[in-house]
Amino acid sequence: MSIWRFANPMRFESFANRAVPWCAWITAALLATGLVWGVAFTPDDYVQGSAVKIIFVHVPTALMAINAWFMMLLASLVWLIRRHHVSALAARAAAPVGAAMTAAAIATGAAWGQPMWGTWWAWDPRLTSFLILFFFYIGYIALWNALEDREAAADLTAIVCMVGTVFAVLSRYAVNFWSQGLHQGATLSLDRETNIHNAYYLPLLLCMAGFAMLFVTLVLLRTRTEIWKRRTAALQQRAEPA
Amino acid sequence: MRALFAREIRLAFRTGGGSGLALAFFVIVACLFPFGTSQGSELLSRAVPGFVWIAVLLSCLLTLDRLFRPDFEDGTLERLAVGPIPLEGAVAAKIAAHWLTTAAPLCLAAPVAGIAFGIPAGAAAWLFAALAAGTPGVSAVGAFGAAATLSARRGGLLLPVLVLPFCVPILVLGTVAANLAIEGGRPGSALLALSGVSLASVALIPFAAAHALQFNLD
Repeated sequence: MSIWRFANPMRFESFANRAVPWCAWITAALLATGLVWGVAFTPDDYVQGSAVKIIFVHVPTALMAINAWFMMLLASLVWLIRRHHVSALAARAAAPVGAAMTAAAIATGAAWGQPMWGTWWAWDPRLTSFLILFFFYIGYIALWNALEDREAAADLTAIVCMVGTVFAVLSRYAVNFWSQGLHQGATLSLDRETNIHNAYYLPLLLCMAGFAMLFVTLVLLRTRTEIWKRRTAALQQRAEPA
Repeated sequence: MRALFAREIRLAFRTGGGSGLALAFFVIVACLFPFGTSQGSELLSRAVPGFVWIAVLLSCLLTLDRLFRPDFEDGTLERLAVGPIPLEGAVAAKIAAHWLTTAAPLCLAAPVAGIAFGIPAGAAAWLFAALAAGTPGVSAVGAFGAAATLSARRGGLLLPVLVLPFCVPILVLGTVAANLAIEGGRPGSALLALSGVSLASVALIPFAAAHALQFNLD
């Protein structure tokens, strides 16, 4: 019983059929609990008032925006090394979800920044890195859509994902040269003195788990759809030989 | 490999598209810039390095679409792939030739444009140094983009969308180095970081680009 069993599209599909409802319910439960707890049952912040509650969407989406890219990187590596088609399709399926998470993190950040910093947007290293990450997602998705040959598309997007990861990390550190940040540092670390207060910490953890499960659910769903789409294309090709 | 390098350079000059046009493009964009901003403002001189960098990036990208495409279409690329030199070497030779014919003239033209926009001569020298250090990286990154989009529909438009975000580290470090020089700071560390990024790109990207080319040929 290893993870490689799911390299078989049929096995993956039957697994996804069983797992998607479970994942969806867990997502709904986590998000409902976390968001309701976070928004309705936590105290207002001393300085920020109730605007602090944007944290319950902003931080989890930002986290998933980065993790989605790493998941794509892993799936791309699996595709390049072991040539499992499901892996390439999973990377493809994850990209729009990751892009949406990035956009959500930027949008909620803007809504939070406006009352707190007095500006929707600042050319700050963290903010700018996220914008660049969003462009990486756009380029990746555009490349998938522009290539006719599916095998070549999977190969080329996988290698773009790998090279892109290197340059995304480089950008993250290069922009530090150029601007001092307005964005605060990490306050969720496990080893620092000044962390976020426990009143926010627990619902935030629930929301983070909820958004992670949301990502898993959507990727499973979308990968299954990609498998169906490919099967449909193969059937059509067989029906009318060119 | 040397023969390939020489062939690329001869082609660039004799077909008369690439390098001359890129230079003309750069000069025209550079001349349009002052029209787009209010003249003689302090803003202009502070924005010069970033602007010159972006003009150079765009001029380079304009020519990169043609880096592999003619060879791909007439089958030369397949010969190169099975030829005696590894494809990585061929890519490296092409990158070097592209840099020499397209980016090097831009590096020479850029400080002139910078002085015309009123940055001090010392800073123009730093701008030149930053461009000379950074543009090999741009050529390499662009070659990777050209290899990845070779068989794509609308490859010409896809290339900048894919490659420009990759150029952010080079752009940021190059602009910071030149801006520090204008403000009288010490641009050394930014320039070193820029050289590091650029050299690493030149050294490692031919491998990724050769793989991408191979995927196009399969």
